[in-house]
Amino acid sequence: MSTLGYDIAHLLDGAVLLFSFMLLYQRRMSGLISVFALQSVTLAVVAAWGAYTRHAPHLYASAAIVVVVKAVLIPVALHKIMTRLGIHRTVDAAMSIGSSMIAGASLVALSIMLVLPVTFASAALTRESLALALSTVLLGLLMMITRRNAVTQVIGFMSLENGLILAAVGVEGMPLVVEMSIAFSVMVAFIIFGIFFFQIRERFDSLDLPYLESFRGERR
Amino acid sequence: MLTTLLTTIALLFVLAAVGATARPGHGNGFAGTVVYVGTMGLCAVNAVTAVLFLTAGTGDAVGLVLPIGPPWQATHLSLDGLSAFFLLIVNGVGAMAALYGIGYGRHEEEPARVLPFFPVFLAGMNLVPLAADAFSFLVAWEFMSLSSWFLVLSSHRRHETRRAALVYLVMAAIGTAALIAAFGVLAGVSGDYGFAAIRLRSLGPLEAGAVMALVLIGAGSKAGVAPLHAWLPLAHPAAPSHVSALMSGVMTKVAVYAIVRVLFDLSGEAVWWWGLLMLGLGCATAGVGVLYAVVERDLKTLLAYSTVENIGLIMIGLGLAMAFKANGLTALAGLALLAALFHALNHSLYKSMLFFGAGAVLVSTGHRDLERLGGLIRKMPITSSVFLVGCISISALPPLNGFASEWLLLQAILSGPQMSQWGLKLAVPVAGAALVLATALAGACFVRAFGITFLGRPRSPEAASALRVDVAMRIPMVILAVACVLVGLLPVLALTPLTPVVHGLMGTSPVAAEGITWLWLSPVAERASSYSGLVLFLTVAVMAMMTLLIKRFVSGRIRRTPAWDCGFPDPSPSTQYTAASFAQPIRRMFGTHLFGAREMVDMPDPGDSAPARFSVEMKDPIWAWFYRPVVKFIGWTTESTNAFQFLTIREYLGLMFGVLVLLLMLVVVIR
Repeated sequence: MSTLGYDIAHLLDGAVLLFSFMLLYQRRMSGLISVFALQSVTLAVVAAWGAYTRHAPHLYASAAIVVVVKAVLIPVALHKIMTRLGIHRTVDAAMSIGSSMIAGASLVALSIMLVLPVTFASAALTRESLALALSTVLLGLLMMITRRNAVTQVIGFMSLENGLILAAVGVEGMPLVVEMSIAFSVMVAFIIFGIFFFQIRERFDSLDLPYLESFRGERR
Repeated sequence: MLTTLLTTIALLFVLAAVGATARPGHGNGFAGTVVYVGTMGLCAVNAVTAVLFLTAGTGDAVGLVLPIGPPWQATHLSLDGLSAFFLLIVNGVGAMAALYGIGYGRHEEEPARVLPFFPVFLAGMNLVPLAADAFSFLVAWEFMSLSSWFLVLSSHRRHETRRAALVYLVMAAIGTAALIAAFGVLAGVSGDYGFAAIRLRSLGPLEAGAVMALVLIGAGSKAGVAPLHAWLPLAHPAAPSHVSALMSGVMTKVAVYAIVRVLFDLSGEAVWWWGLLMLGLGCATAGVGVLYAVVERDLKTLLAYSTVENIGLIMIGLGLAMAFKANGLTALAGLALLAALFHALNHSLYKSMLFFGAGAVLVSTGHRDLERLGGLIRKMPITSSVFLVGCISISALPPLNGFASEWLLLQAILSGPQMSQWGLKLAVPVAGAALVLATALAGACFVRAFGITFLGRPRSPEAASALRVDVAMRIPMVILAVACVLVGLLPVLALTPLTPVVHGLMGTSPVAAEGITWLWLSPVAERASSYSGLVLFLTVAVMAMMTLLIKRFVSGRIRRTPAWDCGFPDPSPSTQYTAASFAQPIRRMFGTHLFGAREMVDMPDPGDSAPARFSVEMKDPIWAWFYRPVVKFIGWTTESTNAFQFLTIREYLGLMFGVLVLLLMLVVVIR
């Protein structure tokens, strides 16, 4: 692969990570969904670019799956849920933007420090994209913690999952079957989450988690 | 030999299955008879095997490897002198307890709760001395602990029994945890848990110290070493009497076996202040045990406290052995170890006999409370004379066996000044004083126990109408009494097979082994102190005969006068000494601090004709000082970790995330 190929791959990986940061500070629900869709599209581009540069045609299939499922189906469904449930308002986060940015940056630093020495012998592309993918995963987790709304937690989960696929695409020789199964499990997870949204909504008139927390059996 | 032992142990498990088929209801039934007769036979076979091994005198260990157990560790078994000696204790007393159970079980409410566990208990205690790797040792140990727990719980309808069982279970769990850790340290990182491999390892000072502390906690709590003894006077008496006899007489000895095996065989290290520590623990145990025994009202609890005292004496012997060994005086160390092991044997003989006697009293009167007994010597002549033999033995009066072992122990103590450390030079005489004090108090305790139970006049209608007990209950008591007398008169019977055992552990024979002859014991030759039970007995017998002859022929006149007329005009039984009044001087002396005793006199108002009431409240301060803080700490920890059960989803996710990040950071830092 040419140097340019590397650079573009890294650029795209970086873009995925950048969208993760955007997810961290985005306060509006529709904005969150759009950013998530953008991240998924970028991921698809990463996969396609990998397929092109490394002559691995099965990665085109991965890219197609990501575009169809995560960039179109899920965001559209989330938008529909939003309108059905009527939650357009801003979502309050448990952490201020500044501190979540700092936390995110330190997580990225941590994953770079972790991955680069471990994979010293591997190819350069694999090493750095692995570090970026790990950062995306950690940022998705961070987002799940810092948000108080069930929908945003699901978006955090999906973006975490994006990080996993990013890692899978970066590693050579990842079989298509695995990717397919990941995609399907995400679909299933999404359906279950959707059902839960409606159930929660029906019970508590809100998707904010604190309402749920008061309903968990005996406290001391 | 090992195959014989293993076969009988396997058959014991078969008997347990038979016992499990026992129908609930009163009395032994067919299954009960099969279980007890079978157990007795199997234990007798094992006891004979152990005797044969001991008298063969080769002392070489016989090993056997069984391909069962966890994948990384085949089961190693081995029979050496030490194991054989303890197997003799286990099975000799076990056979007697099974015989006793034939009679005792007829009076039991729910024998079906005892029958399945009784053979398992004995099988566990048989396997512990045979185990030659840590894994099988611990499995056998747990068989012993858990089956005895079930046996304690057999009369589960009484509230105190359930509490005792709970305390016992907790202490057993703590003890086993400590033992697991001890074996972990012994095996080290190499992870070979076979005793042979452990013996080859040399431990660092820190490791060896940790092993000693853990074994003293693990096996010491089972034996009843203070301050971990508090469960013992609760649990031992709560079981049926033949099981109490086994727990007090035998299970504590198995714990002693564990201490000896680890400290003198597997670890092999000796540091003088460990000996000092064990001496101190032994003195404290002996003192606390006997003082509580003196003031106790419940006959079986009294016997259990006395077990604590005797374990203290054994610990003094082991501590001395450790101290002598650290000073390189292995011959004297052998003497101390010999005395400790001999005392273990003696205690198992007379303590089980005394528990059998207490069980007989319980069966025929329904009471364990001393204040409701009395005058039983006329109703139960055999039980009371056997109980008297036990009382004389345990009070260390010559010429019985208790005296022989405590005399040997004293001989070892008198050699204490030969050690070089000043701490030991000063501590050993103190230990000797504690030993003598404990023995004297034990004498007072058993004068009280025997006198209040069997002499005087009955203090309750049940005691007045007591019946003699089954022959199956009397035979084992008589056999054990004969054994006590025999070993007392001819201590060489026990000491000759023990000498090679001690030789195997210490590397040299105990001091002046040739000084132990069939007639005379003179272990420390240069001091020329010697003892002969037989000669003493004959002297006493001759003098008694002479006294009788003089009475008969010289002052042959018989006067008949009212008995005790000046001090005892009222024939009501309540004018006699009571158990409480007999113990009062000692309770007053040690009262407030050691017993937390409070005496209250409730006087009626002037003119009121109601009787005045005198009441005593006692509580063991060890609960407040030692156990309550531990319980509080555990409670506090669980309370504070309980909050983790009620976190929000986000907080749970946050916890996981935090741990993940922490671990990743750890990887980065370590790399």
